[in-house]
Amino acid sequence: MKIAVIVFPGSNCDHDAYHAATDVLGESADLVWHKDADLKGADVVVLPGGFAHGDYLRTGAMARFSPIMREVQAFASRGGPVLGICNGFQVMLEAGLLPGAMLRNRDLKFLCEHVHIRVEQIDTPFTAACRRGQVLTIPIAHGEGNYFAEPDVIARLEKNRQIVFRYTTAGGEVTEAANPNGSAASIAGICNEARNVVGLMPHPERACESILGSADGLVIFQSVMQSLKSGALVGGTRQA
Amino acid sequence: MIEAPVIERHGLKPDEYDRIVSLLGREPNLTELGIFSVMWSEHCSYKSSRVHLKTLPTDGPQVLQGPGENAGAIDIGDGLAAVFKIESHNHPSFIEPYQGAATGVGGIIRDIFTMGARPIALMNSLRFGSLDEPGSRRILEGVVAGIAGYGNSIGIPTIGGEIAFEPSYAGNPLVNVFCLGTVKASDIIKGVASGAGNAVYYVGAKTGRDGIHGATMASAEFDDKSAEKRPAVQVGDPFMEKLLLEACLEVMRTDALIGIQDMGAAGLTCSTTEMGSRGGAGIEIDVSLVPQRESGMTPYETMLSESQERMLLVVKKGREQEVERVFEKWDLHAVHIGEVTADGLLRVKNRGEVVAEIPNRALTDEAPVYRRPMEMPAYLAEVQALDLDALGPVPRAEQALLALLASPAIASKRWVYRQYDHMVRTNTVNLPGLGAGVVRIKGTPRALSMSVDGNGRYCYLDPYRGAMLAVAEAARNVACTGARPLGATNCLNFGNPERPAIMWQFAKAVEGIGVACRALDVPITGGNVSLYNETDGNPIYPTPVIGVVGMLEHADRVLSRRFQAAGDAVILLGDGFGELGGSELLKVVCGLVRGAPPALDLKAERALQELLVTLAQSQLIRSAHDCSDGGIAVTLAECCFDADGTAADVAIDGVDVARDERVNVAAALFGESASRVVVSAAPGAAPKVLELAAAAGVPGRLIGRTGGDVLRIAVAGRVAVELPIHDAEDAWATALERYFARRVA
Repeated sequence: MKIAVIVFPGSNCDHDAYHAATDVLGESADLVWHKDADLKGADVVVLPGGFAHGDYLRTGAMARFSPIMREVQAFASRGGPVLGICNGFQVMLEAGLLPGAMLRNRDLKFLCEHVHIRVEQIDTPFTAACRRGQVLTIPIAHGEGNYFAEPDVIARLEKNRQIVFRYTTAGGEVTEAANPNGSAASIAGICNEARNVVGLMPHPERACESILGSADGLVIFQSVMQSLKSGALVGGTRQA
Repeated sequence: MIEAPVIERHGLKPDEYDRIVSLLGREPNLTELGIFSVMWSEHCSYKSSRVHLKTLPTDGPQVLQGPGENAGAIDIGDGLAAVFKIESHNHPSFIEPYQGAATGVGGIIRDIFTMGARPIALMNSLRFGSLDEPGSRRILEGVVAGIAGYGNSIGIPTIGGEIAFEPSYAGNPLVNVFCLGTVKASDIIKGVASGAGNAVYYVGAKTGRDGIHGATMASAEFDDKSAEKRPAVQVGDPFMEKLLLEACLEVMRTDALIGIQDMGAAGLTCSTTEMGSRGGAGIEIDVSLVPQRESGMTPYETMLSESQERMLLVVKKGREQEVERVFEKWDLHAVHIGEVTADGLLRVKNRGEVVAEIPNRALTDEAPVYRRPMEMPAYLAEVQALDLDALGPVPRAEQALLALLASPAIASKRWVYRQYDHMVRTNTVNLPGLGAGVVRIKGTPRALSMSVDGNGRYCYLDPYRGAMLAVAEAARNVACTGARPLGATNCLNFGNPERPAIMWQFAKAVEGIGVACRALDVPITGGNVSLYNETDGNPIYPTPVIGVVGMLEHADRVLSRRFQAAGDAVILLGDGFGELGGSELLKVVCGLVRGAPPALDLKAERALQELLVTLAQSQLIRSAHDCSDGGIAVTLAECCFDADGTAADVAIDGVDVARDERVNVAAALFGESASRVVVSAAPGAAPKVLELAAAAGVPGRLIGRTGGDVLRIAVAGRVAVELPIHDAEDAWATALERYFARRVA
């Protein structure tokens, strides 16, 4: 498996995703500069966390104009698996890869802590190795992760089973207190209708080694490895 | 001819002006006067502190870079170096808390990557007035948001720190920021200009009128006009700094650089002068080439601006294009503004016309040095007297413990640190709130442990002993994670040095730091002095803050404060003497700031720290937490917090310090005697722990077991505390956020 980690000038979790992919999982990965126009034959694309272009306007608002995003869009439309983490998720929303928008966190403060998320859907390339209803302990670190969409959009996401992760208690219960940022329907992550594009606010790449407090994020990366191996997915570039 | 009021407005004394005239052999023009005024300000010249700082220990086989560069460096094995420093941004943070704190973070990060190191951890030490004051809450919220806003977006984790509250900081909050980076020791780059004809480059944000005379502001007291100084506070742009950080680290790999320095205090003036002076060279620049944010800026303004996120580079002649290309990749524009010269002068031109010409030496080596008069403060004898028999009624131990756990200095700081991204870069192996901050070094089995500590109340009562205690505590906290302390950095926050009582505090504190650093073998590799922390003549408590860095051989053997399992042995290393002087108990429960701070036996402290490292690395103990604010009772409670409800049942010795038995019990529980650590060990390992302690000459005794959900502490055989751990944890965990929730309601 070959992973392309896109590097915007203000990305700061690019090295973390790269480290998880290579040093922890032993896969090959490339850091792909945002001004490039080539995904270098990647099987998987990761849009990492950070502050893509400083994000003084809206988080992710400028990143969709970076040259590499045309390639990412094309890769996604060919069915290639794309994972957006935190700022990467925000970029996906701005780029129209996923529906909805992000508001500032409910208490207007940046929040960094371990939270619990429940896997709602296992028929995406990034959750295929999970059990449905599995609760993962993974950290969040964001100031604008309060997912918002109009009620009809939320209803459509529910109907199409596009809500992939929800914030819950350790026991897997959806409660107001377990929702750290006020997200609609406790949404922590969603996928597109074709299910190959997944965005989530928590950071699985920060939870891949027990020395860091949790290794629950590994299953996200293992899922995409498994999906590619089983042929359930055709890497976008290979198909093209 | 420059008029006296102009000289005064520049913060220069008449005799200092005379010295300028004699060094130049003529009257300076206004631009030159401005340049002298910032270079000779307390902030840049250390004119009051230098004679004292010279006494600090700065050497050791582990020291790769001592004071004098942008940051210090120590050897951490495998040819790697840890580069670190602590710096203050106190004055700006009072005037504009968010930007003051944010630019403080930006400044210290630049100091670290300027050395060629990749910054991997931030910490901070903060002081505010009482949280009962709305003004202090406002400043704290702004400072925390500013630290978060800058550190989070640049992607360097803020892995810990400390916060204390005392009325003396109400008008003078302290914001001390620590940063650490790692670099191959052979790749360390210095802030030096040499080789006549080499090119001088400016890169980063444009120069504006912000921050002009920031260094001078930081060298004066506050009064009711201070709010008018807001234009002297700069605005931070973390995205620009992120670009600079990545681009500079990339440029450094090209070998095309001679030296590099950030433009911090005194901006272009300080960077050109210091780089030239270190390299024994001169620098000539043309300010008309400097990118400017505003039109019509004078050479005076350009030279003195403290606009943020700017760097000065000296590039090898012939390698300019290589350097320019790297910056262009990051959408930065590197501008060739001048050359290194052989004449040792700082020469500033404006469109080719010379507007200032000063020997570098006159600005640096020839800057005034003062041996200011000192006098023991009159208040000391009065406040050091403490009669425990006249204390009046002391509350029951449980009540006192709950009050201490809920006091802002001791309470959980989760409300603060959850606003900081403390995990980015995936190295953080001890999360904030668990003890010293610990980051692993990828590619090695090792980790670095770091702690920043200070105790202004102790230093107010006895600056010499208080400063020693600060060094000991920082090193002890590092040792409690299992790391061997290797080096230190200091940030010295004091009042107006022109007052003999303040200067005495300063000198005594520096003396104490020196003695403790020598005894514990943690040389000072750099730091910062912040004087004139006074408002309307009221000085802050003298507050030296010490950052200590240590190394763990095995990152996965890191220890935290938390008990790990029920049934473990609880062991106290070190002796308690019931010392209540300067304690949190006296302050919170009795409303008193009195007495002498705890005694410190540095030999015993060193033995304790070495024992901790041995115990941790041989995996004989499972947790370690030192006794500091609130004494052993608070320590034991904290060992139980975040530990899945595991409490403990312990018995400690009594002390005999007063006639009233209740005071004796309080002294045993809440006295703050130094050099004590509570550790836990598997039952089978306890005898070995006690044996090693005895061999090391460290008093060690088994005081109880972990388990149950009630924290029970007996003193001299009688149960004094019996608290459901959940109640204690609730008081501790929610205290800080209640202050802020209250305001919203």
